[in-house]
Amino acid sequence: MEPVRVIRSRTVVIPSENIDTDQIIPARFLTTTSRSGLGQHLFADKRFDADGKPRPEFPLNRPEAAGCSILVAGRNFGCGSSREHAPWALHDYGFRAVVSTEIADIFRSNALRNGLLPVVVGADIHQWLMDNPGAEVTVDLEARRVGLPDGRFATFEVEAFARYCLLEGIDPLGFLMGRAGDIRSYEERRAWTP
Amino acid sequence: MTDAQASPQTLFDKVWREHLVCPETAETPAVLYIDLHLVHEVTSPQAFAMLRERRLSVRRPDRTLATVDHSVPTSPASWRDGFAGMDDQARRQVRQLTENCGRHGIRLLGVNSSRRGIVHVIGPELGATRPGMTIVCGDSHTTTHGAFGALAFGIGTTEVGHVLATQCLLQRKPKSLGVEISGTLPEGVTAKDVVLALIGRIGVAGGTGHVIEYFGEAVSAMSMEGRMTLCNMAIEAGARAGMVAPDDVTFEYLAGRPMAPKDAAWDVSLDRWRQLPTDEGAVFDASVSLSADSLEPQVTWGTDPGMVMPVTGRVPDPASPSQARALDYMGMAAGEAIEGRPVQVVFVGSCTNSRISDLRQAAQLLAGRRVARGVRMLVVPGSQQVKRQAEAEGLDRVFAEAGAEWHESGCSLCIAMNGDRAAAGQYVVSTSNRNFEGRQGPGARTLLASPLTAAASAVAGAVADPRPFIARQRRIA
Ligand code: SF4
Repeated sequence: MEPVRVIRSRTVVIPSENIDTDQIIPARFLTTTSRSGLGQHLFADKRFDADGKPRPEFPLNRPEAAGCSILVAGRNFGCGSSREHAPWALHDYGFRAVVSTEIADIFRSNALRNGLLPVVVGADIHQWLMDNPGAEVTVDLEARRVGLPDGRFATFEVEAFARYCLLEGIDPLGFLMGRAGDIRSYEERRAWTP
Repeated sequence: MTDAQASPQTLFDKVWREHLVCPETAETPAVLYIDLHLVHEVTSPQAFAMLRERRLSVRRPDRTLATVDHSVPTSPASWRDGFAGMDDQARRQVRQLTENCGRHGIRLLGVNSSRRGIVHVIGPELGATRPGMTIVCGDSHTTTHGAFGALAFGIGTTEVGHVLATQCLLQRKPKSLGVEISGTLPEGVTAKDVVLALIGRIGVAGGTGHVIEYFGEAVSAMSMEGRMTLCNMAIEAGARAGMVAPDDVTFEYLAGRPMAPKDAAWDVSLDRWRQLPTDEGAVFDASVSLSADSLEPQVTWGTDPGMVMPVTGRVPDPASPSQARALDYMGMAAGEAIEGRPVQVVFVGSCTNSRISDLRQAAQLLAGRRVARGVRMLVVPGSQQVKRQAEAEGLDRVFAEAGAEWHESGCSLCIAMNGDRAAAGQYVVSTSNRNFEGRQGPGARTLLASPLTAAASAVAGAVADPRPFIARQRRIA
C-alpha cells in the first residue's frame, strides 16, 4: 500500500446532506468482480442524464473541478450500504480525502482501508469550506490537521491504528495474521460457542 | 468475584467481551472473533481475489455460509427462460461465488438450492443465527440478526477478506444506545412503523457510532419477525447494530431449526442464552424512548428514511436545502396530504419485510380485493422456504387472484440490480428499507411503508391507510 501523509489540493464541494452510497455508486454498477475502474461510474446518476450526457450543473462536471483530490460534502456523508465500491470509486476518480461534519461508520472504515481519508471537522470550518469551493486546502494526516488558505486550521480525529497503517503504508491484514497464535488459543479455550 | 461480574453489563457488553481475542489499546483496535460469516455474490469477489493473490486460505469455512440473492432474477418469466435477461457481469459474479465456495469448502446455498434466499432471511430461518453470536456480512443490513441477541453488523469487502483469512476483525468498541418502545402497538401498526417513526425522531445519523438495544413492552410483545424488522433498519438510523435480548419468543423460534443445537447441546445453549440480557442497573451511553400507544402507520415522503410522516399527515415544510431537493425529486409539495397520492408500483419484499408474517399481513388485506388498475404489485418472498410456506398456506393464490405478481425469492426491487426495477418518475410504495434517489431504478420515487400499508395502497391505487381496510374486513367477518 502507498503511504498517505499530506494531501494538498483545491476542493470540490457537493453541499447535499446524507449523500448515500447509492448516490456515490448506483447498485447497477456493483456487478463488477474487480475493484478498479469504478471512477467512471462515480455519482453516475448525478453526473450524467438519462442519455449519458454530463449535467453541467453538477459540481464534478465543472471545469475547475478537474484534478481536485479533496471532496467537501454536507453532513452524514456515505450513509447507507456497506459497499466498498463507494470509496473505490472515489479513490479511482482521484479523491484522497472527504471532508464533512459527520461521516457514516461503515463508509469511514472502508475509506480508511483504501487510502481515502475521512475528515470530520467542526461546523464553522465546514461552512467556510462549503462557501469557498476551489479553495486550496491541506490535509495533513501526520499532524491530523486541515489547513485553510488563510492560515486557519482544524484538527481532526482518526483511529490511531488506521492512521499508523496509512502513514506507514502497512496493510492491517498483516497485523491480524500476526495474531494467529492468539486466535488459535482463543478458539481452544472457548468451551462453548453460541 | 471479578469486576466483570460485579459491574452490571448490557447485552452488547456481554457479547463483545465474550469475543475478544485481544482487547483494544490506545494504539490498536480489539481483535474480535466472528462466529458466523455470511457471504453473498456482490461484495465478496474482490475479497476472494485478495486471498488468491496472497495465497491465503479460508480459516473457518465451517463458520462461513454463502448464498446468492442480490443479482438473481426473481420473476417467473426469467426463471422459465433460464435467466435470459440476466446480464453477463451478474452471471460472472454468481459463477465466481460458486467457484470460490467450491475452492474453499464453503457451504453455498446456490441458485438451485431449496434453502436459498436473502442472506438476512435465511440465517435466522436455518437457525444459523443464534443469541450471543458475533455475525458479519458484507452487507449493511446484517443488523437484522441482532433480533436474536447477536452482535451483527455490516462490513466492507476488505474486511470480508480479513474475516475469511482470520475469522477476526479489528474493531473499536462502539457506544450503546438504549431504545425503549413502551406501550402496545395499535391494530394496523407494525414493527416497520415503529422503526420508521424512530428514525424520523433521531434522524438517519442519530445512531452513528452506537449499537442500539431495543427493549420495552412493545418489543417484548413482538414476534421474532417483527424484531428482525426493527433491527434490520437500525442501520438506517446510522447505528452500527441493533439488538434485542433473547427471551422465550427467541428460543421458541429457534427450537428445531436445522442448524440450531439439539438435545443436550440445546440445554447448554439455553442456559447460556438466558444469561445474555442486560443486567439490572447497566447503563447505556445514550437513551431514547418512544411510545407505541399512539403510533400511526408511517410512510416516507423524501429520499432518506428519516423523512417520514404518519400516513394521515401532510408533507412537512422543508427544513433544509436537502429536504427541499428531496421534495423536488419526489415531485411533492409541502402541505399536501400523502394519503391519496397515486402510485404505480407496490413492492412487498426485501430483508425488512419478506418473511411469512409480512406476506400473511399483505395477503389478509388483499383477500377478496383487487390491485387497482394501472398498479403493478410485486410480492417477492425472502427465501424459497418462505415461498413454499406461503404456497402451502395458499397466499400465492390470494396474491394472484388480487392481480399481484408472485416471484421467486431474492432482493429484487429493493436494490433493482436483478432486472426488477421501477421507471423514472414512478411512485413505488415499498416495504424495503431505503428510499434513496434511484434505489429502485434511476428516477424512481420510493415511499417506504409496512406490508399492510403497501397492500392497502395497491388496492386503492394510491397511498392508503390500512386501518379502515382492516376495520371493514372485521365488520364483514
Ligand atoms: S433485500 Fe435489499 S437491503 Fe436486504 S440484503 Fe437485499 S438488497 Fe440489501
